[in-house]
Amino acid sequence: MDERPYITCRELIEFLHLYLDGELPPDRVAEFDRHLAVCESCVNYIKTYQESIALGRAACRDWDAPAGDEVPEELVSAVLSARRRES
Amino acid sequence: MPEARAHVEREPASERDLVLRLRRGEEQAFERLVREQGGRLLAVARRFLRDEEEARDAVQEGFLSAYRSIDNFEQGSRLSTWLHRIVINACLMRLRSRRRRPEDSIEDLLPQFQADGHQVGHPTPDWEGSAETLLARGETRAIVRGAIDRLPDSYRNVLLLRDIEELSTEEAARSLGITANAVKVRLHRARQALRGLLEPHFRRAVSV
Repeated sequence: MDERPYITCRELIEFLHLYLDGELPPDRVAEFDRHLAVCESCVNYIKTYQESIALGRAACRDWDAPAGDEVPEELVSAVLSARRRES
Repeated sequence: MPEARAHVEREPASERDLVLRLRRGEEQAFERLVREQGGRLLAVARRFLRDEEEARDAVQEGFLSAYRSIDNFEQGSRLSTWLHRIVINACLMRLRSRRRRPEDSIEDLLPQFQADGHQVGHPTPDWEGSAETLLARGETRAIVRGAIDRLPDSYRNVLLLRDIEELSTEEAARSLGITANAVKVRLHRARQALRGLLEPHFRRAVSV
């Protein structure tokens, strides 16, 4: 019977990035896994943390670019004029 | 498959030709570069600066800076990646030179814990669906962008650099003038805060 205390939710969440990035030593990983095996709350936390990253990526992909990757003609002219002034 | 990736990222012959023409100072080559890359770079600058005029100025600065330093461009890397980094740095310079307002604390957006180490509001609920399912709803993108905009600038910038612009930890650290470790900690806090801001919108209602 393993009677070692579990790490707390606080410890798990505070160092979660190291766990997810594979930067924890094996014994710490085992402690995280042991906690997650009995804590649905932290399992949900990790899942929604990762969903938040995915949502951020997707929501920003087309941010303020209703016309796709089209460059406004005024900007092209401004850049070309500025370059001519430098030449 | 690193080999396949290297193949995909190898500089195409047309790009080598474009770089040569840029080095010779051909205006048509420069115009082609602006037309091909300008829209994408403008979207990047808008994300960082949230001001159309400033975003356009940053893109213009980026192109001029690229024009001046084209001789430093390393053959073998990609022009698009090089320009992307230049425009990001132009945006960060502008953000640094803006009048500094005291930044809101991020603490209120981070999980709170009880003395026993459990989260306040424990247990954390699951959400109504995966990111993919939630994105099918019309309002989701606006909610997420609104949440990212609520992050204090120093956290928002790290989140944009790492999660959206996909710079490496080291590249983000160089751009921001902070250590790689500080980038990791700040990114984790920014993601936690974003999760906390999104939770009220997406959490599954608890049945009583």
